[in-house]
Amino acid sequence: MSVLDERPPTARAFAAVLGRDLVVTGRELPAFLAQVLLQPLFILFVFGKVLADLGYVGGGFGDVLLPGVIALNAFVGGLQNTALPLTLDFSFSREIEDRLLSPLPTRLVAMEKIVFGTIRGVVAGAVMIPLGLLILQDATLAPASLLPALAVMALGAFVGSAVGMVVGTAVSPRGINVVFTVVLTPLMFTGATQFPWPGLDRLPWFQIVCAVNPLTYVSEGMRAVMVPRIPHIPLWLCLLVLAVAGAVAAEAGMRGFGRRAVD
Amino acid sequence: MNAVEVENLTKKYPGAPQPAVDSLSFRVNSGEVFGVLGPNGAGKTTTVGVLTTRMRPTGGLARVGGVDVAKEPTRVRRLLGVVPQRNNLDRSLSIRQNLLFHAAYHGVRRAERRRRAGELLERMGLAERGDDWLDNVSGGQAQRVMIARALMHEPRVLFMDEPSTGLDPQSRIFVHACVRELKERGVTVVLTTHQMEEAAKLCDRVAIVDRGRLLALDAPAALVRELPGSTTLTLSFEPGRAPDEDVDAALTAVETVERVEAMPGGRVRLYTSREPGEVLPAVLKALAGHGIALTGLDVARLGLEDVFLRLTGRELR
Repeated sequence: MSVLDERPPTARAFAAVLGRDLVVTGRELPAFLAQVLLQPLFILFVFGKVLADLGYVGGGFGDVLLPGVIALNAFVGGLQNTALPLTLDFSFSREIEDRLLSPLPTRLVAMEKIVFGTIRGVVAGAVMIPLGLLILQDATLAPASLLPALAVMALGAFVGSAVGMVVGTAVSPRGINVVFTVVLTPLMFTGATQFPWPGLDRLPWFQIVCAVNPLTYVSEGMRAVMVPRIPHIPLWLCLLVLAVAGAVAAEAGMRGFGRRAVD
Repeated sequence: MNAVEVENLTKKYPGAPQPAVDSLSFRVNSGEVFGVLGPNGAGKTTTVGVLTTRMRPTGGLARVGGVDVAKEPTRVRRLLGVVPQRNNLDRSLSIRQNLLFHAAYHGVRRAERRRRAGELLERMGLAERGDDWLDNVSGGQAQRVMIARALMHEPRVLFMDEPSTGLDPQSRIFVHACVRELKERGVTVVLTTHQMEEAAKLCDRVAIVDRGRLLALDAPAALVRELPGSTTLTLSFEPGRAPDEDVDAALTAVETVERVEAMPGGRVRLYTSREPGEVLPAVLKALAGHGIALTGLDVARLGLEDVFLRLTGRELR
C-alpha cells in the first residue's frame, strides 16, 4: 500500500506544528513573560496607582484601566507574537520551510501561526488579571466574570494575531521596526484602553477614530464582563465586531502568508 | 514508473524579462540518480522549487510520483524529501528535535520517529551530537542533519539542491556516499549541481540546462562520447626540431584525427573521437619520413566540464 492511499495526517501534522511552537515557548518562558509583562505592569503602576495616590486621577480609574490593559496585552501580545517571528521566518532564518514542506495545506500552516499567536496573547492578557488586582488594590473581579473575560481575551488575541499576520507577511524585515512604531502606537492609544469609549462623546472626532480600531471592542468587551457598571459598548456588539474583524484579518493574513510561502 | 515528469515546464517571475525556466521537459526514472547541471541562474533551483511545491509554475506540467505538484501539493509533499541549498534548520530545536518534529509534521508515530531518528543520527555520524544545539555545528554537520531530516518520513524522491557546495572534501565524500546508499535503497535522487566531477561521479543521467532550457540529457559518459574530438593525443618532439607545415598537413590528413592544434614548446595536440589505439598507428605512419623524432605522448579524455562549456559557453555571468 502506498503512502498516498493512507488518509493525510492533517490533524496530527497541525498538532505537531503547534506542539513545536509550544515547546519552544515553554523553553523561553522567562523571556516571553518579561516581553509581555513589563510594559503593562508599569502602565498599571504609574497610571493606576501612582497618579491615583497623588490625586491626579480619581480613585475609580483603576477599574477603567485594568480591563483596558488586559485587553491591550492580549491584543498586542497576539499581534507581536505573530508578526515578528513571521518576518524573520520569511527572510533570514527560513526555518518555517520545513513546515511548508509538510503534508499540511499552506493555509493551515498559516492558521497554526494565528492560533499560536492567540494562545500567547491569552497568556499575556490572563497573567495581568492577578497582577492587576495586586497592584490596584481597590479593583475587583467577580469570580463569575472570569470565564467570560477569558473568552473576550481569546477573541481579542485572535484579532490581534490575525492583524499581526497581515503585517508580518506584508512588511519586509527592514521595514518592520518602522511599521511597528507607526502601526502599534496609534493602535495602543486609540483602542479605548485608558478610557471608556462612551465617555468620549465630548470628543466626537476622537470617538470616531477609536471606533475603527478593533482594540476598542476588546477593551469595551472586557469592561462589559469585568466592570459592567461602567458605561460600555454592548457586549454583543463588541463580540460581533471582533468576530467580523478577526475573520477578515485572518483571511487577508492567510492570503498574505500564501503569497510569501509559495512563489 | 517515472519518479519525476516535467513537461514544457515554464516559470516566469513577475517583472523578469526572461523566464527562469523555459519549456523544460525531462523524466526521471524510479530509482535513478538524476543530475540537473547548469551555471548559476540556469533555472536549476527554480525547477526544484516547482517540483517541491514551493513555487507555482507559470505553465506546463510537473509530476512527482505521478501526482501533479500544482494541483495536489499536499499529497506530493508526502512523497518527497528536500535537502535545501541554504541551512534552514530550526535553531530553536536540538538536532534530534529537528528530526523528531519533522517526522511529526509528516504524521509519523512517536515510537517510529524515535527509532528512525536514532538510526539516522547513527548513519550520519551524529549519534553523539543529537542533543546539541545548532549554534556550533559546521557546514558539513548541518548538511548531514538536513539529509537526516529529509529522510525521516522515508520519501520516495529526494531533492538535493547543490548538496556539496561549500563543504570540505571529507563532508563532500560523505554526502556522495549517502547518495549512493540511497540509490541502493531504491530512493530516487534528483540533485542540482554545477560541479562536473560530482555529476559525473554520482549521476546515472544528467540534464544540462541553461537559461531555463534543456541543452542535453544523457548518461555523463555518453555526453562526453558524443562530444566531437573527445579524446586528445598530445605529441612532444625532440627539442629544436619543431614540426613544420608538412608535418601539420600530414597529421591533418589522417582520417581519424578531427583537429590538429599547435601547442607551446613545439608540441602538437590531436583531437579524435576514436580510441587512442586506433588512431596511433596512422599518426606514426604520417610522421614517418619527416625526419622528426617523437619523444612523448599524452593521452587525455575530455570530461563533462568540456561538454558543459561547449554547450553553455565560456563567458562569465
